[in-house]
Amino acid sequence: MVWLVLFFLLPLVFVGVASFMTRGAGGQPIAPWTIEHYQRTFEVFGPVIWRTLGFAALTTLGCLLVGYPTAMFIASRERPATRLVLLFLVLLPFWTNFLVRTYALITILQREGLLNTWLVRLGLLEDPVQMLFTPTAVVLGLVYGYLPFMVLPIYAAVERLDRRYVEAAFDLGANDWRAFWRVVWPLTLPGVIAGSMLVFIPAIGAFVTPDLMGGTGGLMIGNLVQSQFRGRGNVPLGSAISMVLLVIVFVGVVVYARWGERSDP
Amino acid sequence: MRRFATGLPDDAPRPVRDGVGPDRRRALRRDLTLRRLGKALGWAVPVAALVFLWLPILVLVAFSFNDAPSVSTWRGFSLRWYENLASSLGSGPGRFQTEQLLRAVLNSLLVASVATIIATALGTMFALAVARGRFPGRRLFDALFYLPVVIPDITMGVSLAVFFRIAFEAWQQWTGVRLVAGFGTIVIAHVAFNLAYVAIVVRARLATMDPSLEEAARDLGANDWQAFWRITFPILFPGVLAGALLAFTLSLDDFVITFFTAGVGTTTLPLFVYGLLKQRVPPEINAVSTLMIVASIVLVAVSLSLQRRGARRSG
Repeated sequence: MVWLVLFFLLPLVFVGVASFMTRGAGGQPIAPWTIEHYQRTFEVFGPVIWRTLGFAALTTLGCLLVGYPTAMFIASRERPATRLVLLFLVLLPFWTNFLVRTYALITILQREGLLNTWLVRLGLLEDPVQMLFTPTAVVLGLVYGYLPFMVLPIYAAVERLDRRYVEAAFDLGANDWRAFWRVVWPLTLPGVIAGSMLVFIPAIGAFVTPDLMGGTGGLMIGNLVQSQFRGRGNVPLGSAISMVLLVIVFVGVVVYARWGERSDP
Repeated sequence: MRRFATGLPDDAPRPVRDGVGPDRRRALRRDLTLRRLGKALGWAVPVAALVFLWLPILVLVAFSFNDAPSVSTWRGFSLRWYENLASSLGSGPGRFQTEQLLRAVLNSLLVASVATIIATALGTMFALAVARGRFPGRRLFDALFYLPVVIPDITMGVSLAVFFRIAFEAWQQWTGVRLVAGFGTIVIAHVAFNLAYVAIVVRARLATMDPSLEEAARDLGANDWQAFWRITFPILFPGVLAGALLAFTLSLDDFVITFFTAGVGTTTLPLFVYGLLKQRVPPEINAVSTLMIVASIVLVAVSLSLQRRGARRSG
């Protein structure tokens, strides 16, 4: 406990304090109090904050669109062994190092990568196009990185789902569409919300993916923070940006806690 | 979704009785189309998802055996990149820095081991204290439990970097000894984020434990020490083991927090890989990545069998 207070809470307090201080000659925080770093964060870096939120939202949506049918598919296999193998196939990439996975995706997307080569060979493209270092690449990379976070909670929710409710819906004359939206979706919503939070929160704080896959148009808050700490940098400004990041994440967590409680049947 | 009620095959239309009007028939046809569409999507999306997840990894592994230094044109099978890794001990221009790689692997293992041991011990105590303790501010500690899990890595890394910088300056002014970031700071940082994960896993196990067992031990004359080591700990053991394995994996895998707390001298494996990716991306990196993927698969297999054995031992 002492460890957490000393090496977790205290550093956070330090960052909070440093964010209100003036930048010294070496980039370090010095005496007079100021809120200029927060002003600068919102004025200069406002677009990056909005972009980060947009990327995180798109990532969550992408993970949901891909993850929900996948979780549904896995959970509705009849043999437990099949379910286990499929779940394992989704999770195993997750256990390999994040950098390695990101690099693997880069090799596919890069200019001389497999995707471009084949699209040109098949005649679908005249020349290789720039896929890497675009906002799309960043969102794709984030979806790639966080997909298992979405699949697992939804899988758990679908598996808990009592099939008799679905039967009842069909018996009462619902077609697939109505049975899904009126019965299956509301009952698996807690899983969807949990998965969305598990994707959204780390996506907001992402640093590696935009760093390796995004160009200047794909920078996110994490990159801003890091660039303020590089070399001499500007520690107070970096602290202010990371405090803003922290507040955004907390708002997300609180919204989730409220919303999750309400939607839990 | 299978049609459970009727036991009919999925694509069979619902039985149509005589005298069904054209409206109803149209509706049934629409429902049938909907079902076929749903079924097709229900297959296509998961298959696409698995391809999306695995294709980059498989391509990477395959092309690590490519004779050409390319990830798109295949020139033939070759082990030359692996041989380069093995024969590049000793440095020189144009050679792969195998020595640094090995040192980074060693550092990673060392950091992960030390951090796991400390985090597991502290995390278990933390879980016990929060679950059992009756002290003021328990709810606050409850929140502290989950905080390191939700906080963005980068915020944690940055805050530790600021903290160490300030603490070291203060230390230097006070004692005159100059401390630098390195192995110690990385371990401290890793323990700080692993602690919460261990505590959460142990606590989940603790919640399933019957408290009357420990009371029974006490009634039979065991003291606190005996009751803990003979009763509580064996029951908690699968949870502790799972927490330790999680901590070890997270620690090996962590890049962002290490990046901010490492200082100049100490490089872990993820830092080393990041360095390669940020510079000129040598062709040997495919071989390195393949070895890392194989290692992580082995690690998962070992930890699964360990956990299974641990679970069996204590029922």
